[in-house]
Amino acid sequence: MNKHVLIYLFLSLLLCMLFLGNLIYGSVSIPVKSVLEILTGGIPEKISWQNIVLQSRLPQAVTALLAGASLAVSGLLLQTLFRNPLAGPSILGISDGANLGVAAVMLYFGGSLFQLGELPVHGYPAIILAAFVGACLILGIILYFSSKVKSNVMLLIIGIMIGYLASSVISLLNFYASADKVHAYVMWGLGNFSGVSLEVLPFYSACSLTGLFLSILLIKPLNALLLGEMYAANLGIRVKRTRALILLCTGLLTATTTAFCGPVSFIGLAVPHIARLLLGSSNHKLLLPVTLLTGGCVALLCNLLMVLPGKNILLPLNAVTPLLGAPVVIYVIINRKNIQYFN
Amino acid sequence: MKSLTLESADLSIGYHLRNGKQKIVHEDLNVRLNAGEVTCLLGLNGAGKSTLLRTLGGFQPPLKGEIKMLGKSFKKYTPSDFSLTVGVVLTEKTNAGGITVYELVSLGRHPYTGFFGQLKQKDQDIIMLSMEMAGISHKANQFVGELSDGERQKAMIAKALAQECPVILLDEPTAFLDVTSRIETMLLLRKLAKEQQKTILLSTHDMESAIQMGDQLWLLGKQKKLASGTPEDLILNGDFETFFGKEGIVFDAATGKLSAELPVRPIGIEGDFHTAYWVGNAMIKNGYLPSAIRSGQINIECIHQGDIRVKMENREPVLLRSVEEVINMVTGAGSQL
Repeated sequence: MNKHVLIYLFLSLLLCMLFLGNLIYGSVSIPVKSVLEILTGGIPEKISWQNIVLQSRLPQAVTALLAGASLAVSGLLLQTLFRNPLAGPSILGISDGANLGVAAVMLYFGGSLFQLGELPVHGYPAIILAAFVGACLILGIILYFSSKVKSNVMLLIIGIMIGYLASSVISLLNFYASADKVHAYVMWGLGNFSGVSLEVLPFYSACSLTGLFLSILLIKPLNALLLGEMYAANLGIRVKRTRALILLCTGLLTATTTAFCGPVSFIGLAVPHIARLLLGSSNHKLLLPVTLLTGGCVALLCNLLMVLPGKNILLPLNAVTPLLGAPVVIYVIINRKNIQYFN
Repeated sequence: MKSLTLESADLSIGYHLRNGKQKIVHEDLNVRLNAGEVTCLLGLNGAGKSTLLRTLGGFQPPLKGEIKMLGKSFKKYTPSDFSLTVGVVLTEKTNAGGITVYELVSLGRHPYTGFFGQLKQKDQDIIMLSMEMAGISHKANQFVGELSDGERQKAMIAKALAQECPVILLDEPTAFLDVTSRIETMLLLRKLAKEQQKTILLSTHDMESAIQMGDQLWLLGKQKKLASGTPEDLILNGDFETFFGKEGIVFDAATGKLSAELPVRPIGIEGDFHTAYWVGNAMIKNGYLPSAIRSGQINIECIHQGDIRVKMENREPVLLRSVEEVINMVTGAGSQL
């Protein structure tokens, strides 16, 4: 038990440090002293610094934290549900589904989705809703095929194919959309954590936290699902309902993150593995919180790595996440004979 | 007095097909399971063993007919009632490699624990006891991924015990196990039936241990009515022969084994029982039927393992040191004849 407590402590500390690091370090250099001053409510030398820290860096750090946690947790849920260590929101095409929803709103409907009574539903709620519908649509299709196709690898390939189909529709939407819309969409597609302003932050946080909270309620059935669906059913778990809840939760987490941060790759796939390797256990009671914390850490780290030192530009998020994610996945695949959670 | 746990009446098992038709795997099944007994379900591949187990395990509904368990119809069981009554050990591949044996066995307490699965003292005691009964306590803190196949099976059985169900169904629990683990598992199941009054049903391909260890057998064949009874009765009344005998293969009622069709050329074997048994075994393989010593045939006298005397007709006995030499001599003589 001691080891587990240590891991929690270590991750929490790391999370705090990375969070602080995100506030201190950025493309504009601000002295540490001033940042701390701003955070404690003081007035810094330059008023623009205050704006940068409170209006830009703070929401960005919170977004990164929540987005990393959300993607990591949805990756874990998918890996357990499909009993496939290589499942993840981007591999199974779920991100592409959310992507398609967003593309439809941004490129085709021009930002507003439909009239809800007198009120036009537009902006972020519309994008989130579209992303959610798109993600759930793909999840439903994958789930349908998962009962037809027994082989995990085949299912992954189906997921990738469905992802291509979604991409092909997106290409069509791009083809017929105006240049400025395409530009906005492409920028969104590169992924970043800075899309959530301080005003939208509460809404975004509420959506992610709801999904994360829901995932914590699923810990017990998730553990039973480690044994497979028949064993779980024999243990009194209502499998169909549980599966629907897991998919709903994954859909919400992936859709919220994708709508705000773009399709972020690799965090959902790689972080659950980092968490398992760190913990040595796939008991969700321990693993889910560790995955959540690790996801937050990794996303905050990626957000730091996006800042090129000395230059006033940011790398796209999706240029950074594979640097951390891909080696982990390759390591896990190569060493799978020695990693007990594979056996 | 035996107490009846499970009983089926005119049960049809199988699947609903997409076009609204049914694929009936077996019909008119009238079977019963008793508390304190190990019942073995024997059948060739494709005979419907798994379908029957899945139906009795509540994983798929019967197409027709009725199953009554502990006096109550299957239809009246809720999923949670069911999980308190029937525990299963399946062949399904698990992803449990990354949890410890203790955590695996504690999953058996799922029907009893609350929303977050928190274990109370009583649950912990039952988990420890279940691991002890299954003989896996010494591995409690090891990961399931580190266990041998036999140990994994014990851990799964411990899980079923922790579930505290009166009925335990096992789908081929001894498949993939080596000989000693196979016997250990069967002995464990017998012990649980006798000491805990559990009702145990297991499917298996292992006819010998089913005959040896089963209190009751169910023989399931394609297009045949299910035959049930004690192994001994089924052997004596010829049911085994009808179920498993086919061209070139016979069920030997004397040994309880399937073998190639019995050879007809007699060969006399006598002497030390142990040596004679295995010399006989070698002779059967080479087309001879062991029988009493008679003149007009080859006779073998077995003194001990290193002293076997082969007497051909009209010749002096030859002393041989191993069964291999005996085979060479007998088959050599046979081809000269």
